[in-house]
Amino acid sequence: MYAYDEMDRTLVNERVSEFRDQVKRRLSGELTEDEFKMLRLMNGVYLQLHAYMLRVAIPYGTLSAPQLRKMAHVARKYDRGYGHFTTRQNIQFNWIKLSDLPDALEDLASVGIHAMQTSGNCVRNVTTDQWAGVAPGEVEDPRIWAELLRQYSTMHPEFTYLPRKFKIAITASDHDRAAIKVHDIGLRILNNEAGETGFEVLVGGGLGRTPFIGKVIKPFVHGRDILSYVESILRVYNQYGRRDNIYKARIKILVHELGIEKFAAEVEEEWQVTRESALQLDDEVVADIRARFRYPGYEALSDTPDELTAASADPQFTRWLKNSVAAHQQKGYAIVTLSLKPIGGPPGDATAEQMDAIADLAEKYSFGEIRVGHEQNLALPNVAKRDLPALWRQLDKLGLATPNVNLITDIIACPGLDYCSLANARAIPIAQELTRRFANHDLADMIGRLHINISGCINACGHHHVGHIGILGVEKNGEEFYQITIGGRADEGAVVGTLIGPAVPYDDVANVIEDIVESYLALRARPDELFVQTVERLGVEPFKERVYATR
Amino acid sequence: MTSPLQQKIKITGPSVVTANRTWDGIVVYRDGKRGWTPDLADAAIVRTADDARALLAESAADDVVAIGPYIAPVIVKDDGAIEPGNLRERIRRKGVTIDLPIPA
Ligand code: HEM
Ligand code: SF4
Repeated sequence: MYAYDEMDRTLVNERVSEFRDQVKRRLSGELTEDEFKMLRLMNGVYLQLHAYMLRVAIPYGTLSAPQLRKMAHVARKYDRGYGHFTTRQNIQFNWIKLSDLPDALEDLASVGIHAMQTSGNCVRNVTTDQWAGVAPGEVEDPRIWAELLRQYSTMHPEFTYLPRKFKIAITASDHDRAAIKVHDIGLRILNNEAGETGFEVLVGGGLGRTPFIGKVIKPFVHGRDILSYVESILRVYNQYGRRDNIYKARIKILVHELGIEKFAAEVEEEWQVTRESALQLDDEVVADIRARFRYPGYEALSDTPDELTAASADPQFTRWLKNSVAAHQQKGYAIVTLSLKPIGGPPGDATAEQMDAIADLAEKYSFGEIRVGHEQNLALPNVAKRDLPALWRQLDKLGLATPNVNLITDIIACPGLDYCSLANARAIPIAQELTRRFANHDLADMIGRLHINISGCINACGHHHVGHIGILGVEKNGEEFYQITIGGRADEGAVVGTLIGPAVPYDDVANVIEDIVESYLALRARPDELFVQTVERLGVEPFKERVYATR
Repeated sequence: MTSPLQQKIKITGPSVVTANRTWDGIVVYRDGKRGWTPDLADAAIVRTADDARALLAESAADDVVAIGPYIAPVIVKDDGAIEPGNLRERIRRKGVTIDLPIPA
């Protein structure tokens, strides 16, 4: 966990009292909505279809038990008893009253949680691998660098009014769990030949109306130069980004229009000026941040404790173990994913009761730490293997042990037309129906890794472009229709999926997905050839034929 | 942002002006008495572009109580009952189409 200092706390508290005053002035009519909108957006407050929504940042996806309990409290006291975990390491409360918002933010501030950088055209909450600091084989804990970037970008005066929002993600593992290739800037930590830490820098990735996979702008930037390099990118973007057209304002469009070489040259020129500035990080600053991350006092434990051996006789436990438990850096420990994708449930929602219970379990079994991943699931990052059977029984009672992590029912979905004022079509009920169709865990296991991502409109908050199967809601003559893409992926081999044909109506979506899955099962070369690999090998034609043969 | 009043107004049938109430965000409709109501049955119905423009202008001027006013289609039944004219407005009126994790 990262220990915030006095300055952080003062900043967060000041921000809440400013907002309290702004809300008061808005409610009295002293501020018009036009004047107020920017102010509320700077504090994570959106207006949805039938309520305000508060989006709260979970920096690099790390939460302490008291922080999660406070979120449960906010859900219970000011909202409708639940919260929604999003794809960018945020939580959203969907029903909060403007008049309650200052109190809710004040309660959250008491545990160092805030809503800065969760909306508006600023550098958004920097995200990273939800397994940072515990994933085997990572170069180093990416949260150290996420924190440096957070401190650098928070309320940065020059970058508070960028042409458009700006998203940065960092990974330090070969397997990219942070989707860095679909971010405005993606950073991959690596060591150079001298063993020094640096970054491969990607730029111009993004989803939305015009999806792009990020391109490498520089293969190695030394750690000490990362802030100045990021600043140089932001400067060039700030200067040339299209402010005239919201659809063309993201950096991906600028990189595409200029071409990566030209863009890189501009950045390089800027960097020659900023490189030797105060932004250069000396080793002490980095060491200081590193020291503020507290790591658990791991014990020397067995990798094959008796408790685990005994429980392995239970097939339900072994299924969950295989599916939801991953290897840890420390011998005798494991990373446990908590599925927020129950069969028939809305993806990513957790009730206040569940949040409280997870906080208790984190304290009992995970050194008080919880993680939030971009697939809208949670994780307990530090579980002793001997505790896995006991933990599983408790998670199961709470509805948090659905053994579907990374399988077809582990669906990413945006709020869609049930909540979002920009939506064309609903996303959540489609996800719910699909989880019911594929509720049989044997079947899901047999299908193997398959990510379905659903967005309710072209803004692509549900990452449909990079779903192995992507579902995009569109509107046709007032009816909900859905375009289906296949072959997308969000990891180190990121690709944008290919559209298979005309959009299909709401009631037919689950049938179409069943057809696609059946074709895959018939076509795959081996049982371990993943769905995306089959699509890569054969293209979309065979799937298209099957889907549209009878439609 | 373009103000709603600068946008072209085109209506194809009976319409209302709807917005969200400022202090709590709930859905409200402009009534015929220069106020806002959460009840669609009490909303002012307009049937021509000119009337719609006038109602919208009046609504937009009343920025303290409700925000983001716009014109939305409605269906007026034979018995005079008013229903939202599209799915979005039905969801705004009735709430989400899914079961919430905690029943309201
Ligand atoms: C009130 C609800 C929301 C609104 C109004 C909203 C708005 C938007 C808009 C306008 C974009 C397109 C940005 C662009 O391309 O310039 C976008 C993209 C995105 N949003 Fe949302 N969003 C909402 C909820 C969410 C939720 C719930 C999530 C997470 C589940 C999310 C995560 C994202 C992501 C990951 C992208 C695409 C990545 C990118 O920035 O290119 N948003 N959102
Ligand atoms: S993708 Fe569209 S519908 Fe879904 S949350 Fe984003 S803006 Fe709303």
